[in-house]
Amino acid sequence: MTVETIISFLIFLMILSAIIAVELKDLLSSVVSIGAVGVILSLTFLLLQAPDLAIVQLVVEILALIILIRATVTRDSVNYSQREIFVKVVTMIGVFVFLFSLVSVIKLLPPFGEPKLKVANYYITEGLGIKNNISETGAANIVSSIILDYRAYDTLGEATVLFCAVLGVLAVMRTVGRKK
Amino acid sequence: MKEKNNNSGMTLIVKTVTRLTVGLIMLYGLYITFHGHLTPGGGFAGGVILALSFIHLILAFGKDFIIEKISEKITSVFESIGAVLFLTIAVSGFLGGYFFKNIYGKGVPFNLFSGGIILPCNLSIMLKVGLGLFCAFLTLLLFISSKE
Repeated sequence: MTVETIISFLIFLMILSAIIAVELKDLLSSVVSIGAVGVILSLTFLLLQAPDLAIVQLVVEILALIILIRATVTRDSVNYSQREIFVKVVTMIGVFVFLFSLVSVIKLLPPFGEPKLKVANYYITEGLGIKNNISETGAANIVSSIILDYRAYDTLGEATVLFCAVLGVLAVMRTVGRKK
Repeated sequence: MKEKNNNSGMTLIVKTVTRLTVGLIMLYGLYITFHGHLTPGGGFAGGVILALSFIHLILAFGKDFIIEKISEKITSVFESIGAVLFLTIAVSGFLGGYFFKNIYGKGVPFNLFSGGIILPCNLSIMLKVGLGLFCAFLTLLLFISSKE
């Protein structure tokens, strides 16, 4: 199975869970479906050899999900259905599949203390790395050396955008008004 | 950590698990930040993980537990410190020539202290992103609870 096939399958799953999120009546289940879209998107980034982006996508997705759950599900009580045994069996199967894949993934990890990036291996050892990356910035991670050295001005703009967003939240959502 | 009121927050199981894991989560955020120039990750991801560890504490122990230790004003101040630090690193490039010039020593590749300005930039972005997002979350939470 090539990478393209897997990615097409993942994109199909993503569209499916997005449609499910729109169609569901229950708000909490809808938010969980949105979370599934984010996790599968993170997997897709990982398969496309962009680990930096995958980490950021996963982490920001978790933060957004927490805020969404806190915003939507404040008072809704979860109504348990009658199919408790079915739910338990499905959960057990899910846990076992997760543990099995976890063990098989841990076996594939590189040995402890090997710092070299697999993605950037070619870049560092044979490619332009010896001439450009290592000697100019000294950083092993090419993505880091681009966003914080070559194109650091972009990062400054991005940081300013976030700063303005937080400033706006603080200004609008102020709890205590200023006294005269 | 002392427990004042057992009623706020979640159950005892969640509180115990949080007490065990939240330090590891914070440490992982710092690791992602400090190794931003060696392994995938960087200041943004590390900052968000740091903010998530604080949010984890809020969800488990209730917001009153956190607010008496870290108020939204302190998080706002630290976020501004991160922004100013990033700008200071950028302006210090003028000492060598131009904006954002990598004027510090490059170091040996694959060492922790290598890459010149990349490590301090990652640190300042971690302060900015982490405490900024946590500040936004805290403000939203206070806003919702003040309306009730």
